[in-house]
Amino acid sequence: MANQIGNYSLFIALFASIFLIFQSSNSIRSKSKNLDSKIFSALSVQSLMVFISFFSLIYAFIISDFSNETVFNNSHSTKPLFYKISGSWGNHEGSLLLWLLVLTIFLFIFLISSKKLLNKYRLLTVLFQELIIIGFLLFILFTSNPFLNLFPIPKEGTGLNPILQDPALAIHPPILYLGYVGTSIIFSSSLAALVCGMVNKIWAKHIKKWIVISWIFLTIGILLGSIWAYYELGWGGFWFWDPVENVSLMPWFCLTALLHTIIVLEKRNIYQSWTIILSIATFSLSMGGTFLVRSGILNSIHTFANDPSRGIFILCFLFVLVLLAVFIFFIFQKKITKNLSKSFLASKETAILVNNWFMMFFLSVVLIGTVYPIFLEVINGSKISIGPPFYQKLIAPFLIPFLLFMAVGPKLKWIKDNLNEINLNQIILFIPSIIISYLLVKLYGVSNLFTVPLFGLGFFLFFLTVKDFFSKYSTLSQKISHLGFSLFILSILFNGIFAKEFTSNMKVGDEREFMNKTIKFENLKIIEKNNYKSLVAKFNVSDNKSSINLMPEVRIYNQPKTLTSEADINSTIYSDNFLVFNVINDDGYYNVRYQYKPLMIWIWFSVILISTGGILAYFKKND
Amino acid sequence: MYGKKVKLRAFFILLIFLSVALTVFLVFKSLEENVVYFKSPTEIKNLSELDTNKIRVGGMVKKNSIKTSDSEIIFTITDFKNELVVSFKGSVPNLFEEGKGVVAEGFLKDRSYLKAIKILAKHDENYMPPEVNEALKGNK
Repeated sequence: MANQIGNYSLFIALFASIFLIFQSSNSIRSKSKNLDSKIFSALSVQSLMVFISFFSLIYAFIISDFSNETVFNNSHSTKPLFYKISGSWGNHEGSLLLWLLVLTIFLFIFLISSKKLLNKYRLLTVLFQELIIIGFLLFILFTSNPFLNLFPIPKEGTGLNPILQDPALAIHPPILYLGYVGTSIIFSSSLAALVCGMVNKIWAKHIKKWIVISWIFLTIGILLGSIWAYYELGWGGFWFWDPVENVSLMPWFCLTALLHTIIVLEKRNIYQSWTIILSIATFSLSMGGTFLVRSGILNSIHTFANDPSRGIFILCFLFVLVLLAVFIFFIFQKKITKNLSKSFLASKETAILVNNWFMMFFLSVVLIGTVYPIFLEVINGSKISIGPPFYQKLIAPFLIPFLLFMAVGPKLKWIKDNLNEINLNQIILFIPSIIISYLLVKLYGVSNLFTVPLFGLGFFLFFLTVKDFFSKYSTLSQKISHLGFSLFILSILFNGIFAKEFTSNMKVGDEREFMNKTIKFENLKIIEKNNYKSLVAKFNVSDNKSSINLMPEVRIYNQPKTLTSEADINSTIYSDNFLVFNVINDDGYYNVRYQYKPLMIWIWFSVILISTGGILAYFKKND
Repeated sequence: MYGKKVKLRAFFILLIFLSVALTVFLVFKSLEENVVYFKSPTEIKNLSELDTNKIRVGGMVKKNSIKTSDSEIIFTITDFKNELVVSFKGSVPNLFEEGKGVVAEGFLKDRSYLKAIKILAKHDENYMPPEVNEALKGNK
């Protein structure tokens, strides 16, 4: 029953899409001043239909309706209710339906919140957005329909991959998607604004809210994925330059650049074309990310789907959209009213341009590192992978000038700055930063070439932003985000340099010495749970000052039959003690990994701080 | 001769061109150093000279080949045609099991022995790294 409802509502949404495209292009031609009420109603119907369709899928998951193929493939009746619900978007079909849901709801919100703007602009945004929606509807209905019937109806489902049964990962996709899909509105409306010749201050003020909100969701979405990989995959770190991680980072770089550029457009009415290019690029990267993850061509450790026809569809669709966007850009680019007011080299707008420059560099590094292996395989068939050193080597040295500009840039004035008055303060703060990093190197013998300046500039940025809280330069949201970023860089550096790792194969009762600590494998218990069996180990890690007990688990899930390791992490504000163990071969040996991670919690905290800046910017009253 | 605007624009174009060139140069130079090639045990057997760079080897963990000691795990990777012994110090992923697909990253000591520094994890029990799949397919 739910299957039919879900399926038919999607078809109704498809018709609504066709009608909307037809009607909005008619309205544009007739140059009407007011929004056609039919458009609003059709859009309401469409959002409602997609909503119903999405909820009938969730319903099918809740009641474990195994006549639905998606439910059968991804659920099991013994699964806890929470994971039954989150399982509905934890798979390919459901996650696309979620994409679609967010697409339609965002368009609806856009239409409500843009009443004061030009009618033609609103209609064009609807038109472009509907083109995206129709693509996704066709994609869902014909290549990945979540409402396929199974007959005969199976008694039991095959279950959700246990590593996905986790609270962080349950909310990770929806949040990430809100960020991804938010960029679609930015894409549609910047094309619309371009056609209407209204890429100006007013438009910038309006679209800034969308940019900020997408950016917040994207940032938090990436953070959740990263935290999950830390404790659930047992990788024991926060970033692995895995292709799937990279594809979420690429739109983030672009969106962050856009977030800064739009401020310049709002204040100074310059960089119009660049803003449009960034909007197009951000959305293309979001779509491209979905394509790469869903097509299965990524040589990643976590590839979930493997269906080439799906990948090719998204690739063609993306290609058409980008082509359309570029085409529109070149035709209407002349319409942009050039602002001839002067800018000088020492000004805030230059500093922001420099930020964009670096963002584009980081983006190119990640893009090439991610795509090059695919490219090479197509060309000469050789299979390669690119490891973390590639990214670290290319990004770390460029962070040095980046941090310097980030520290100084916000203090510059718009248009022209005479650079005299501020220098003294900055030099005073620069001295303790250099001393601290020098001491760090001296005391701990850090020998990496780039670490010293990175530390120094990290501290410099930190001191300068802290000091700014007592001055009137720029906004509170900017200060908080930049402070968050300086903490982020510092905690990464500490974490990377002072982290310690120890692995060994141990039997119950064994003891190992490591860095004047003793790690003891005390005992192992077996606990039966509803849908898994758990091996709970007890380890004791002690040195002459402290002693902690860590109880990692290995879970043996019954459906599907899978082993997962649950790390036990002892977190304090100074450091994390991370311990994970794994069954090797039933010969009494267990593979044990202990990690000491200083300031780990500060990495998460600093990213939260960065997004808090965004949240403040969003709720700030327009001045 | 030329207006100030033209000069400024020329300067900008030059700057963009230079930074793009620099990026491309740096990225590809770094790529050369950090690329890890993937090979099957058969391909390794047929190497004309021993590769001293880091490589990845994929195949199946041979049945009854895992031997564990306090500090090391030794096992055999097979593509059902040729075999390669792997020794490894470090942590293994959940799905490291006899008779299942595996990818080991490390340095070749000779044509039948790899000193691994990393064993790669996978997400689901049916999933097989595309390379392993192909390495196995080629020999069946």
